[in-house]
Amino acid sequence: MGSLSPGFQGRTHAFEGRLPPGQYPTESFPVLSAGPTPQIPTDRWSFTVTTELGETRTWSWEQMMALPQEEPTADIHCVTRWSKFDTRWRGVSLDVFLDEVETAADFVVAESFDGYTANLPLEDVTGGKAWLAHTYDGWELAPDHGGPARLVIPHLYFWKSAKWVKGLILTPENEPGFWESAGYHDYGDPWREQRYWSD
Amino acid sequence: MNEHDEHPLHLDGNALAGPLGEVFLVDPTTAWRRCPSCLRPSTLAELHVYGPEPGLTARCPGCAAVALRVVTQPGHLWLQLGGGAGAFRFSRPRIMP
Amino acid sequence: MRGWRRARLTGRTKQTATGRTLVFEVPRWPGHRPGQHVDVRLTAADGYQAVRSYSLAAPADGERVELGVQAAPGGEVSPYLADDLPVGAEVEVTGPLGGWFVWTPQEAGPLLLLAGGSGIVPLMAMVRARLASPSDEPCTLLHSVRSPDDVWYAAELDAAAAARHVRVRHLWTRAAPEGAARPVGRLTGADLRDLPPPADCRCFVCGPTGFVEHAGDLLLAAGYAPGRIRTERFG
Repeated sequence: MGSLSPGFQGRTHAFEGRLPPGQYPTESFPVLSAGPTPQIPTDRWSFTVTTELGETRTWSWEQMMALPQEEPTADIHCVTRWSKFDTRWRGVSLDVFLDEVETAADFVVAESFDGYTANLPLEDVTGGKAWLAHTYDGWELAPDHGGPARLVIPHLYFWKSAKWVKGLILTPENEPGFWESAGYHDYGDPWREQRYWSD
Repeated sequence: MNEHDEHPLHLDGNALAGPLGEVFLVDPTTAWRRCPSCLRPSTLAELHVYGPEPGLTARCPGCAAVALRVVTQPGHLWLQLGGGAGAFRFSRPRIMP
Repeated sequence: MRGWRRARLTGRTKQTATGRTLVFEVPRWPGHRPGQHVDVRLTAADGYQAVRSYSLAAPADGERVELGVQAAPGGEVSPYLADDLPVGAEVEVTGPLGGWFVWTPQEAGPLLLLAGGSGIVPLMAMVRARLASPSDEPCTLLHSVRSPDDVWYAAELDAAAAARHVRVRHLWTRAAPEGAARPVGRLTGADLRDLPPPADCRCFVCGPTGFVEHAGDLLLAAGYAPGRIRTERFG
């Protein structure tokens, strides 16, 4: 099939050291959507952590904004093969929320206002590795990109960083989320190229 | 119909003819369905489809409830109908360039 | 299960600054109906593949297959097809695809076609099929388009409009040619007056999502039955 589409390069170009296998760098910030963009005014926003026993702890927008804020800069990697370097966020470490509850759970499901879910090991969202972000590059996070607030978990493929997130549900078992139940990998490490269930 | 990877807005179920045609013997776009959430009837062609990446999500044009999801990977096609039915993984012939 | 066929590019016509029609030769092409589309697959040297859908712009004609391609800025596939794929080179196609957004000349009754921008492409296959058929049922094409520079098939549509039973009307949304009677602007209910009577008319609408939803609402308000309106969105 050597004569097929000569000159078509697709999107794979070399980028040293910081580019996981099979990724290409992008300057833009592509928007991927699995549904209509929800519009959540901050006065109707809340963030709830639910334990495996059903206990809940909820923060309003003002309460969340009054928590200690961090400004992580990170490379992000989308399973659709784009990577974006040095993205700048502002938000609250998930440690701050999770420290407020008692749990023996090993997993967590991130749940969004539009019904989207993503599953994660608890140890991947604790220890300074994950944030609830409300500001991107100095600007309030746009609805297209998950505003008013989304998860940012840079060490995993970016579908794990749920947009329009409304809470975390702690679970003893790993419960596949929206894409994980339709073929995508349960863990999603870009450096091990864990894109699909069988990878 | 035209290239849609740059458009954040949705397509419709006409765009599912190719991906689902890999596993359906009959053209799937004319298939009728009634949404279990809002009872609105529609053909598969009339569903609102988001994607194509990381997968195609088809929703009821009335209430946006998820009707099906399709994920295409090199060796397999995953099809999930509705929300909780579990996804079916179909083998695709592996095509080398 | 369908397969992929090789398709050799034999010609390319510039329609607008970013719109192209591409003619391919596809050995053993099984034929198709107006309104259907194909999926085109490109393969890079490293094995990476990309698949996109493109509408068929002409009725079945042996192994000749005509596609409409609107180059999207920054797009991965469409700018390559529009300007870079050399004539004589090959891509792969699968199809014909889609059994819902289709029309065949054997169907009786008037035809109303509403195109937004490059949504003209699959509707052009219907216009051409209607012109080639002996039927003299009326066929009306309303083409919503930014300006005269954005019109696809300009000469061919002018010629088509000379046919007794075919009517073509451009609805300029940003800039009209001199002497245009209709004010510049998007499709309105007034544009649907003096069209074929709703009862037995079939309607096909193709264009960007916003256009398709707006046009669909206007058709329903004008009395066209939902079951006789078929739509295709491209983003």
